Amino acid sequence: MLAKRIIPCLDVKDGKVVKGIHFENLRNAGDPVKHAEFYSSQGADEIVFLDISATVEKRKTIIDIVKKTAQAISIPFTVGGGIKSIEDINNLLESGADKISINTTAVKNSSLIYHAAKKFGSQCIVVAIDAKKIYEGWQVYIESGKTPTELDAVQWARQVESFGAGEILLTSIDADGTQKGYDIALTKKISENVRIPVIASGGAGSLEHLLDVIVQGNASAVLMASLLHFKILTIPRIKKYLQQNGICIRI
Amino acid sequence: MIGIINYGAGNIFSVINSIKKTGKKSKVISKPENINITHIILPGVGAFDDGIKKMKETGMDEFLKEQVKKGKYILGICLGLQMFFEKSQEGLLNGLCFFKGENLKFSDTLKLPIPHMGWNTVFIKKRADILKDIPEKSFFYFAHSYYPVSVEKNIISGITEYGFEFASVVEKDNIIGVQFHPEKSSDSGQKIIENFVNLK
Repeated sequence: MLAKRIIPCLDVKDGKVVKGIHFENLRNAGDPVKHAEFYSSQGADEIVFLDISATVEKRKTIIDIVKKTAQAISIPFTVGGGIKSIEDINNLLESGADKISINTTAVKNSSLIYHAAKKFGSQCIVVAIDAKKIYEGWQVYIESGKTPTELDAVQWARQVESFGAGEILLTSIDADGTQKGYDIALTKKISENVRIPVIASGGAGSLEHLLDVIVQGNASAVLMASLLHFKILTIPRIKKYLQQNGICIRI
Repeated sequence: MIGIINYGAGNIFSVINSIKKTGKKSKVISKPENINITHIILPGVGAFDDGIKKMKETGMDEFLKEQVKKGKYILGICLGLQMFFEKSQEGLLNGLCFFKGENLKFSDTLKLPIPHMGWNTVFIKKRADILKDIPEKSFFYFAHSYYPVSVEKNIISGITEYGFEFASVVEKDNIIGVQFHPEKSSDSGQKIIENFVNLK
C-alpha cells in the first residue's frame, strides 16, 4: 500500500535555515544540508526547502544548497520560493532537486505550470496554494499569503490539475502557525475535487492533528515545520503513532 | 565502468551519486561512443514520446540495442523501464521493444490519486539477483502515472499494489527494469543499485 508521507519543511533565507533545529554543534546551526540529512536519517519521506530570500542575488545560494543536498540524502526533495521561469526550474532540477514548487507565479502566469509539466513531467511540478477561509469557501492568496486574489481555492486546485500540476501543497493561512490543527474542511474539500495528491500544511500541533488530516481530510502527505524544529514531536514518534492508528507508513 | 545515459530527460544527478556510493566509476553518455562499459543505467522522467524522440535524435536507441546484444547489463528506471516495452498509452512512438507489452495509464475508476506518488512496497515474486538481500515488502519511492503491463509474465520479479497489482521489477537476462526510483529510495534503493552494479 502507498504510505502517507511525513514531510519536514525548511525555510531558507540567504542560504541559511531560519527557525531551524537547535543543533548542539554550532558549526551546523543554520546549515540546510545538515538539516536535510538529520531529517532524512530520522525517517522523513521527503524534504521541502522554501527559499524566502528577498532578492534574486541572494536566491542564487539555493542552487549550491540543492547540489550539496542531492549528494547528502537519497530521498526526494522539493524546492520552492521565487521560481519564475522554465529556466529557474531547469536550473534547480539539473542541480539535483526532484520537484519544484510554484505559488505566486502559478497564479500570475499559469501557462508556466503547463509548459513546465510538459517539459519536465507532472511528477516534478508542485503547485502551492495558500488559502484563507472566507464567508463561503476559501480564497487564494499569493506573495507569501500577503496578497488576496479573486481565485476560489477549489476552482484553482482543479485548474492547476488540468494544467498538469502533479501535486498540490495546500496551506491554510488561518491555521498556519497556530499549532491548533490543520484546516480539515479545506483539505477534504480540495482532496475531493482533484485526483492529484494533496499535501496538507499549516497548523500541526499534535499527533491527533496529523491523524485527523490524513483520515478526515484525506491528505496524501503532511507537511510540518516548527513542530519538528522545536522538537515538540519527532518523526519516529509521529510514524509510530500513525502506524498504531492503522495508517500505512514507511518505517 | 557504469554508463549513465543522458538524453536530456530529467535528473541524473542522484543516479551518478548512487553509483559513487558503491565505489564504482561511472560515466555520463550523451551520444553513442566507443567506450568500455559493463553496465548501463537508463534513467528517465517525463513523457514517453519525448524520451523516445530524444533517444532517436542522438542515436542512443540503436546504441542501447547494440549494447544489450553484446550482453551488457542494463537497468531502466521509471520511464527508462517503460521505454523497454513496445509502446505506451501516453504516446504514439514505438519503444525499445526489449520486453513484450505496453504501458497503460492508471484508471480514473481506481479512485486513487494519480500520479502514484510516494513510498510503496514491492512484493517479491521471484528472487532475482537485483533483489538480493531486499526484504519482502520493502518500501521504494514511486512517481508515475503509467504502469507497465508485461506480456511475458515469467519476467516479473516484483509487483506493487496500487488499486491492483502491477509489475514494478522486471528482469529478462541482462535487461532489468524498476518502476520506482532506487536512487531516491534511501537504503533499500541503494541496495538495488549495489546489486545491479555487481551483476556478473
